[in-house]
Formats: sequence, C-alpha cells, structure tokens
Amino acid sequence: MIKRFLPNTFIVAALAMLFPFAGTADVPLPVINEPEGEDVECVEPEDDMIRNHMNYILHQRDETMHRGIRTSRHSFAECIDCHVQPDEQGNIASIDSNEHFCRTCHEYSAVTIDCFDCHADRPQEFIEREKPADHPPVSLQQQVHQLLSATEPTAGDSK
Amino acid sequence: MSDAVNHSRRSFLEKTAAVGAITIAPGIMLHQVASAKPDDQPVTDAVRWGMLINTNKCEDGCTDCVDACNAEHGLVGNNRPETDTQYIRKVTLREKQTGHELSLPLMCQHCETAPCVDVCPTGASFKRKDGIALVDKHICIGCRYCMMACPFKARSFVHEQVRNQTLSAPRGKGTVESCTMCVHRVDKAQVPACVEACTQGEHHAFIFGDLNDPNSEISQELAKHGGKQIRADLKLNTGVRYQGI
Repeated sequence: MIKRFLPNTFIVAALAMLFPFAGTADVPLPVINEPEGEDVECVEPEDDMIRNHMNYILHQRDETMHRGIRTSRHSFAECIDCHVQPDEQGNIASIDSNEHFCRTCHEYSAVTIDCFDCHADRPQEFIEREKPADHPPVSLQQQVHQLLSATEPTAGDSK
Repeated sequence: MSDAVNHSRRSFLEKTAAVGAITIAPGIMLHQVASAKPDDQPVTDAVRWGMLINTNKCEDGCTDCVDACNAEHGLVGNNRPETDTQYIRKVTLREKQTGHELSLPLMCQHCETAPCVDVCPTGASFKRKDGIALVDKHICIGCRYCMMACPFKARSFVHEQVRNQTLSAPRGKGTVESCTMCVHRVDKAQVPACVEACTQGEHHAFIFGDLNDPNSEISQELAKHGGKQIRADLKLNTGVRYQGI
C-alpha cells in the first residue's frame, strides 16, 4: 500500500515546490484595516480577540438583552465604531463588500456570521437613513375597522 | 399552585386600580428610579415601567408618536401595510350609540402575565425584571405563536431583509418584534421616543414612569384620576394604562 502511494506523494510535493502559492491563489488573504491612531488598543490583547471575540460578544449580548447591562467594553457597537471606518478616499465598506472588517476574515476562514442580518454594519454616522414608513390612510382605516370589531365590547363597557 | 398566587395578586392589583390606585405597590422603596441606572448594574424588579395615556389629549389624525417610533427604530415600510412592521399605531374608536370618537395610540401593553411569553417555545419572548416585554431576536425562530397570542395585535413579523438598521434597534428578517418601550433609552434614564415626541408636540398625552413608585408622576396621576387597561377582562395587568376610554 505504502509503495503504491509513494509516487503520488512525490508528485504532489514536486508540484507544491513548483507552485508554492497554488493553494491560496483563489482565496485572497484578509485585508485588515487597523483602527486609526497608534495608541489605540483593543479591549483585549489582539491574539485573544482573534480567538475569543465571539465569546466576548456572545456573553455581552445576553447580559445586555436580558439584564440591561450596557457596559461598552465588549459591546458589539463599540467594535463596529472602532473597526469599521472609512478608508483614505472616504469610502466605508458595508457588509456587502468583502473589505468589511468582519467579513474579510470570516470569508477567508469560511465561517458564516448572521450578526449583520439585524445589527448595523457601520457606525451610525455612515448609514444613510431611509425615510420612515408613511401611514397611508387606507391602511389606517383597515386597522381601525379590524380593531373596532375586535375590541368593541371593551370600548363599550368602559364608557 | 402558581396560578392561584398570581390570581390573588392580580385581583389585588385590579381592585387597587379600580378604587383609584392609592398605592400600586405599598412599601416598595422609591426615589432610586429617577436617576440613571449604572451601565454595569442589571435591571431589578424594584421598578416597573409603565405608561399612562390620556386619550382626551390625543388628537385625531396626529401621528407624532408613531413617526417618532418609526424614526427611532428605523422602521421602513415596503408599501405593504398588511405586513409592514408597526410598533405603535393610532386607533380610532367610535361608540355606535353616541357617535363619540376617540383616538388613541396602541402598542405592546407590556403585560405582567404576558401571553406572548407564555406561548414562546424558545424563550425568545421574555419579560425583563423591570416589566418590559421583549423579543430576544437571537433566539427567536420566527414561529409567530406570540403574534397569535397577543390580544392587542402588537407584534409584527419581519418578512423582508433589513439593511441600514439603527444602532439601538437591531432588527432582521425572520424574527418577531414589537414595542420595546425604548428599552435602550430607558436604560439611559431617557423617556421612550413616543412620549418625548408627544410632549415636544405640546400634546402631553403620555406619562411614562415607574408604577412601583407611589411618588412617581404616573402613580400620582393613576391615584388621582385612575386609568384603565384595555381588555382588563383578560387580567394581564398591563403596564400601559389609558384614561378617557
């Protein structure tokens, strides 16, 4: 068995020497923009954040959601505020771009995240806000009609 | 067992509310809710946030509260009124006999015994200790049981992909959502956006405050003039009360 595989191994090794970057050619390395300013430090050491950022924000998520603890140290919004900033041309990457701070690494490591299905992907000042929903009179009347039929007894009682 | 306990407490609360709510929760410590909660401290059940809405001051056709809510939470419609999200809506009630009409804002009533929480299969619908009913969208599976259970039709389902959310109101496709009583503002000792807009518009139909604190404006007003629950027959002990209905 070993003999049979040896020639193959040699071929693979030889190819690897000939084309040292063949394996990575179609997967671009992540482009990570460091936050502005030399004295800016992350809330935890960098290597710790690379490995454990998900645990920090998961913990903070439950603390904030259920207990109302709103400290900023491991706050997801603070991550975005610091790490997602415009480049020198003033362009800021949304999550739809593979230059977005989170997406660039997650794409490289093939880990899907759904944070941005709900959360803002850029600091608030860079988000173009659409106009809030209008209230077409037709829909309001429909709702009134529905509600009248649903709560009429209560409204009548309370008069 | 627990039902019996709840019912006695509920009936106690009903009676106090009916008589004119002299004290909603006697003996509870006060004065600490007016100031901002420190960021690192959890919310407690010493506070129960509530709203009192005077429908006599609520103008027909005015949508200040609705607009403020939509702007605060980045609620953008898709011109599909039957499915577009609404946290708060204006409702006009007309008494058939007299033709008297009144207009009121209707939103999540933040029930003490919330049906949405009862039916949620994942625990995504929950009550914070300070009485605010919320959806934890991280664990919401979008089954919409809570929408069926809510007697006030207060919840909406997000049918379509959402982009450009506001910082304080994350929302996305496949989850249920409703009025959060602007929990992000309340934690910073601010009043909800609807209350602020109504006050700024000089309507003063809303009073927001701590129902547990007999000295709070809302409790004082409830004690003085009373306030009704919508669908009080369901014995949900709602956190939103109305005057003039």
